Amino acid sequence: MKQIFKLSVGFLMIAMAFTSCNNSKSSKSNSALNSNAAEKVYVAPGEYDEFYAFISGGFSGQLSVYGLPSGRLFKVIPVFSQDPEKAYGYNEETKPMLNTSHGFIPWDDSHHPDISQTGGKLDGRYVYINANNTPRIAKIDLTTFETTEIIEIPNSAGNHSSSFVTENTEYVVAGTRFSVPIPQRDMPIKDYKGNFKGSLSFLKVNPENGEMSIKFQLLMPGFDYDLSHPGRGKSHGWFFFTTYNTEEANSLLEVNASQNDKDFIAAINWKKIEEYVNNGGGTKIPSEYAHNLYSDENHTATSTMMHEVLQVKPSDVPGAIFLLPTPKSPHGCDVDPTGEYIVGNGKLSANLTVHSFTKMLNAIENKKFAGEAYGIPILKFEDVLAGVVEQPGLGPLHTEFDGKGNAYTSFFISSEVVKWKLGTWEVLDRKPTFYSIGHLMIPGGNSANPFGKYLLAMNKITKDRYLPTGPEVTQSAQLFDISGDKMELLLDFPTIGEPHYAAGIPANLITANSKKLYKLEDNKHPYAAKSDADTKVTRNGNEVHIQMTMIRSHFSPDNIEGVKVGDKVYFHVTNLEQDYDVPHGIAMIGANTSELLIMPGQTETFVWEPKQVGVWPFYCTDFCSALHQEMQGYVRVSPSSSDIKLSWSLGDDF
Amino acid sequence: MKKSNIIMLLAAIFPLALFIFPLWNITLEAPQYPIPLGMNIHINDFADANPYDIKNINLMNHYVGMKYIPEAIPEFKIFPIGIIVSTIIGLLIAFKGNYKWFLGWFVLMIVLSSAGIYDFYIWEHDYGHNLDPKAIMKFTNPDGSVMGFQPPLFGTKHILNFTAHSYPRLGAFFLGLGIATSLLAFFIGKKSHKKALNI
Repeated sequence: MKQIFKLSVGFLMIAMAFTSCNNSKSSKSNSALNSNAAEKVYVAPGEYDEFYAFISGGFSGQLSVYGLPSGRLFKVIPVFSQDPEKAYGYNEETKPMLNTSHGFIPWDDSHHPDISQTGGKLDGRYVYINANNTPRIAKIDLTTFETTEIIEIPNSAGNHSSSFVTENTEYVVAGTRFSVPIPQRDMPIKDYKGNFKGSLSFLKVNPENGEMSIKFQLLMPGFDYDLSHPGRGKSHGWFFFTTYNTEEANSLLEVNASQNDKDFIAAINWKKIEEYVNNGGGTKIPSEYAHNLYSDENHTATSTMMHEVLQVKPSDVPGAIFLLPTPKSPHGCDVDPTGEYIVGNGKLSANLTVHSFTKMLNAIENKKFAGEAYGIPILKFEDVLAGVVEQPGLGPLHTEFDGKGNAYTSFFISSEVVKWKLGTWEVLDRKPTFYSIGHLMIPGGNSANPFGKYLLAMNKITKDRYLPTGPEVTQSAQLFDISGDKMELLLDFPTIGEPHYAAGIPANLITANSKKLYKLEDNKHPYAAKSDADTKVTRNGNEVHIQMTMIRSHFSPDNIEGVKVGDKVYFHVTNLEQDYDVPHGIAMIGANTSELLIMPGQTETFVWEPKQVGVWPFYCTDFCSALHQEMQGYVRVSPSSSDIKLSWSLGDDF
Repeated sequence: MKKSNIIMLLAAIFPLALFIFPLWNITLEAPQYPIPLGMNIHINDFADANPYDIKNINLMNHYVGMKYIPEAIPEFKIFPIGIIVSTIIGLLIAFKGNYKWFLGWFVLMIVLSSAGIYDFYIWEHDYGHNLDPKAIMKFTNPDGSVMGFQPPLFGTKHILNFTAHSYPRLGAFFLGLGIATSLLAFFIGKKSHKKALNI
């Protein structure tokens, strides 16, 4: 098996080598024409895209799945927001996924998807993504493309420097953007300085199933922790966070947090802190947070409230945390594929600052400190600086890498992508974006092994790029070919919500593992009916449980009597199909919830509380067969005083 | 042991491959099934070509009133016994018999196989024509008779939106090879017998 894998990887490499050769040739010969963009993004009917792009939905709270280079949307995976189409957060099974210490929350703001890695390379098992508003991290399983875990991050606020994975997915990291009182308490806001803290949470990942648990929270000074990235290769074991508002202002931050000439990149030796924690270090602090897990076995989520986290203060682990001065409120904090360069995208700076990991280690060894902040040593800017990209553009936000020694930085204010060379810091190319680019993404750009063929620019503003749709217009992504010396704009495509950030991966790392259906025999849902013989209707006080099946093209049972006004009726519906792409839906007139959309072999539940006497129909909502329109049924609702017994039937078997 | 008897030994053993490999395969192609539905017929089992294929064939066929493909049929008991018995007879002949017996075994196998194919045809015919009168969809031939949905015994046939293929599989080839080899054993045995006489 391993041999076959190695062989196929080998063939892949050869194939890629050939393709890239061809590309560079053709781009040279066609550079004068520059008219083959359409060909480059055309994926013929029935053919597959080369890459998946998992693009966050920003304020939609979801994660969308696109194909590259075509820019076609395949699926919107509900993560932090309810989705009535898929009944996510509406059916009884998935409601617990959106539970938090604040109760049920139907929405969030999803930001930074990151794909799990093994040995610094994308392994295509999971996508992790953060909720910004009510801090949470979600795990999406790439065999089912469904959200299977959400863990709340306590003592955090504006969970923005998240959710990035280390090179063997040892940890997913979640940093707070807003500092807050820890623990939360009633205190004057003006006493922020020195009293508020910023928590950086390290979530240990179970290598077997990808499940997360909060290993420790690092209590940092009350700055804003904006973005982060793990070290890799030589810098594996470190994590880097950009900070702003090192002024510790609590009002009018746009002015008051922009006064310091330099803020910091915080370099954190997480291996050292992990060792400290493994040896019994840290303090357990009461903290309420929800840990929600979805199981494909019983198709049901459970929410567990947790009551404490382990906290570590920087002073507890001397020599583990250092501050690297970085000009002007750095935003993105990006580490190149070798792990040597740490790019601080100072968003108010005219230059781009790049730190050297090797120089940083030397400076630490020689104890050349410029001072300290709350006991954390500050290194000297000149001692850690690798180089500066001079005047590349205005408002640098994020940088990604192509694995060929080049870096690509997005410039929000000047609305462009700039390509520059690592080591020489010279600008090689620039292309305008339309308009106001935020993040950019190269598949694997977050790993030791980027696939430097395409670059995706995610733009905040579109204005005149598409047909107008009233005051609210779509946000947009733009695809660039970066296989040649110069970038080439290939395609605009609209996105759902805000395309905040994305993670891309070669499709062949995922497709073979994508599930086609759930095996009915493995269904462990407590109310599953796996055949017509299992169907029944039972009453428990005013709760009525209907265990129903669906298969082309009928519900069983489809006539139900004995339900009364005031009952709480649970429809537990099992899809008996065992064929790829044959879901069924169900919706009940007057039910105060969404439809169910049930995949083959799955059981889902909705609740209906009938308020009026009558005979009320339900039907299949997903066009399933030639007899889809016949897939319907009735529930008779009698007055609450009625003594009609429960009965149910299908066809002639009364 | 004579050369012809060794060949006869092989001939008797080859059909045992039917216990490993399928005898026949029916495959149904339609635009909605990029991976076609298929059923492998073993001497003791109907098996899915891909997971759940038989369940999905049944689901398709219920629209036109065809019966479900049964979990088991009497043939699944008779066929294995037939193969084992004929193999034992073949082995006895290989060790004890001469070339005339080889021909006898050859004829026996031809008769048994023909009976098997005939049985298969009867089952197919019933499966394709014995339709539920309450079928959801009823189709008639141009002459007004009720349309049947019998898959071909051998070959390819269009049935409504499906293209049905019915072809032997590796097990059947081993059976055929066994039968052919017994005939070969007969000719070689006969030749060497003549040679012996001439000398």
